[in-house]
Amino acid sequence: MALLDVEELSVTFARRNQRTVRAVDGVSFSVDAGEVVGLVGESGCGKSVTSLAIMGLLPRQPGVQVGGKAVFDGTDLLQIDDRSRRDIRGRDIAMIFQDPLSSLNPVVPIGIQVTEVLTRHRGMKGQAAAKEAAQLLDRVGIPDPKRRLKEYPHQLSGGMRQRALIAMAVACQPRLLIADEPTTALDVTIQAQILELLKELVRDSGTALVMITHDLGVVAGMCDTINVLYGGRVVETARRRPLFRQPRHPYTVGLLSSVPRLDAGRGERLNPIPGSVRDLLPWPDGCAFAPRCARRVDACVGEPPELVLTHDGRSYRCVNPAPVPGLTPGEDVREVVPGQATPGSVPAQAVPNDPPAVPGLAAAPSEEETS
Amino acid sequence: MTIISGKKREKIDRLAELAARDEERGVSLWQDAFRRLRRNPAAIVGAIILIVFVLVALVGPFFVPYGPKDTMGIREGVVKVGQGLIPGPSAEHWLGYDHQGRDVFSRMIVGARQTLLVGVVATMIGLAIGALIGGVAGAAAGLGGRWGRWVDTTLMRFIDMLLAMPSLLLAVSIAALLGPSLITVMIAVGMVSVPVFARLLRGSMIAQSNSDYVLAATSLGVRKSKIALSHVLPNSLAPVIVQATLTLATAIIEAAALSYLGLGNPDSATPEWGVMLADAQPWLGIRPALAIYPAVAIIITALGFTLLGEAMREALDPKLRK
Repeated sequence: MALLDVEELSVTFARRNQRTVRAVDGVSFSVDAGEVVGLVGESGCGKSVTSLAIMGLLPRQPGVQVGGKAVFDGTDLLQIDDRSRRDIRGRDIAMIFQDPLSSLNPVVPIGIQVTEVLTRHRGMKGQAAAKEAAQLLDRVGIPDPKRRLKEYPHQLSGGMRQRALIAMAVACQPRLLIADEPTTALDVTIQAQILELLKELVRDSGTALVMITHDLGVVAGMCDTINVLYGGRVVETARRRPLFRQPRHPYTVGLLSSVPRLDAGRGERLNPIPGSVRDLLPWPDGCAFAPRCARRVDACVGEPPELVLTHDGRSYRCVNPAPVPGLTPGEDVREVVPGQATPGSVPAQAVPNDPPAVPGLAAAPSEEETS
Repeated sequence: MTIISGKKREKIDRLAELAARDEERGVSLWQDAFRRLRRNPAAIVGAIILIVFVLVALVGPFFVPYGPKDTMGIREGVVKVGQGLIPGPSAEHWLGYDHQGRDVFSRMIVGARQTLLVGVVATMIGLAIGALIGGVAGAAAGLGGRWGRWVDTTLMRFIDMLLAMPSLLLAVSIAALLGPSLITVMIAVGMVSVPVFARLLRGSMIAQSNSDYVLAATSLGVRKSKIALSHVLPNSLAPVIVQATLTLATAIIEAAALSYLGLGNPDSATPEWGVMLADAQPWLGIRPALAIYPAVAIIITALGFTLLGEAMREALDPKLRK
């Protein structure tokens, strides 16, 4: 059984006098013990909201609705009471945030912030806690930990701060670590060190890691399984190698081709995905990526695309996926999971291979193209 | 479990030691602010004024030439109020006599102590009560659940009621209710500053409750009470401390106003700058200087506190930090 099973997680934000925002719309993925799972997507696709929902850190306000399930080791994290949730946080599941400077309290020395976790979950006090804290800092590669414990966050470099945060997160040897863009705020050289550290920790302690990032380089270096998110949904799930070798969803294709490559010719231009993540406000009846998609066909608009499982253990939501060389389209489809409220949609196999010459989109797109 | 190989580690350690030699140890937020404060000329001027004031208040009374309650001018027949005779400065009496024939210089020095006492105690009262109410409200609003909002609303409506009244009117009513005495003045002036401290700390705490480090601490399972006390509160104190310095100045002025209105210390023989200002009123036509001495002293002291307070605000403002 998987360590964490997220099923049909949905988060909506309702604001007065404004339309409801569906930030996360039926996200499902699972994490096995010791596995590194990536959640990838550009800004606004619901990555961070997913992680906050799992941790129960979303603001408790009337407008915020969380649905679905997040089963961790047999208990649904979305159903438990506050007390047990606080006990699980930091002890079983810990989180590493994006900006290490603002995630550390500026007026409290590092040492106190590290020992706080030890006191809370492991009942350690005084000398024992201080000793353990020094060992933790040492373990995450902070030199001279005894001195660093007495220092304040602003005296540490960016990399050191992120190391200190990681030390706090792994203080109780959690079984699951959620890293929300842990390297975004760091220099490239430091990024590599931090990723290396995370890899070491995962390998040594068997901690599972959920890596939230928009950086495909990070994903390529770390993750076993990758979930590509777009518009609050998982649009493609695959193991690392197959995903990079043969992306199927046009969004994944677009992401990969918009990354600069060292082996590209000098004058060669990057291929950005046109447009930007649409406002998440209305989930149109159809694929959220359709307005920006190069492989758009008529069937993209109408019903949400169903989840297609392939024989090689991958899945994607697309009616017109990128073809695999040597296979006729639809040949590798193992099963089509009917999505919710999509009776009688076009089966994936029946979709014509080529996009129509003129993007003759019938009903919905007029509004989308102006936005 | 070592992450970095031994050789690499030694190298890093050596580098860290080198860096540590240049850098002073344990430079906290406050030490950093103090360093910037020392570079600010306004802060230096304010600090000098305050140091002189405090020194005078503490040791001055032991060195005054005459007793502050000694009506020697009348006894010696030099001061004849009926004939409008109140002698001005002379070699023996640097600031002259007052209307009861007492030495004004001695009274000014001794009065500094009373004035400082009133200002400090009143500010402490306001700070303590205001910070308590504001702290509870801020913690409840920022971190508490449904109950938190209720607690916050109740407390802050009470504060709004206090704030609705003009400060001097509020002080006068409290002083009139409790009867004139020195303690009354301190309580009255303190109560006036309660809403300011409460609102300031509450707003500051709510702002801090939304910060990333609170989210990070929550994600580590730290209890809410602990987050409020050891994370949110210390980060919210800077504006409150600055406000306390500024309040000291207004407290002195307000205490003087209360004394002037006759709601201060009933023992008017005990010198206090506000009382002296009030006492000088009937003699403004003959000897206006009697009012000018305490007025100037009050203004300079208040200026000192204000200069230092403003400089502290700048030094502690995170936006102005490099």
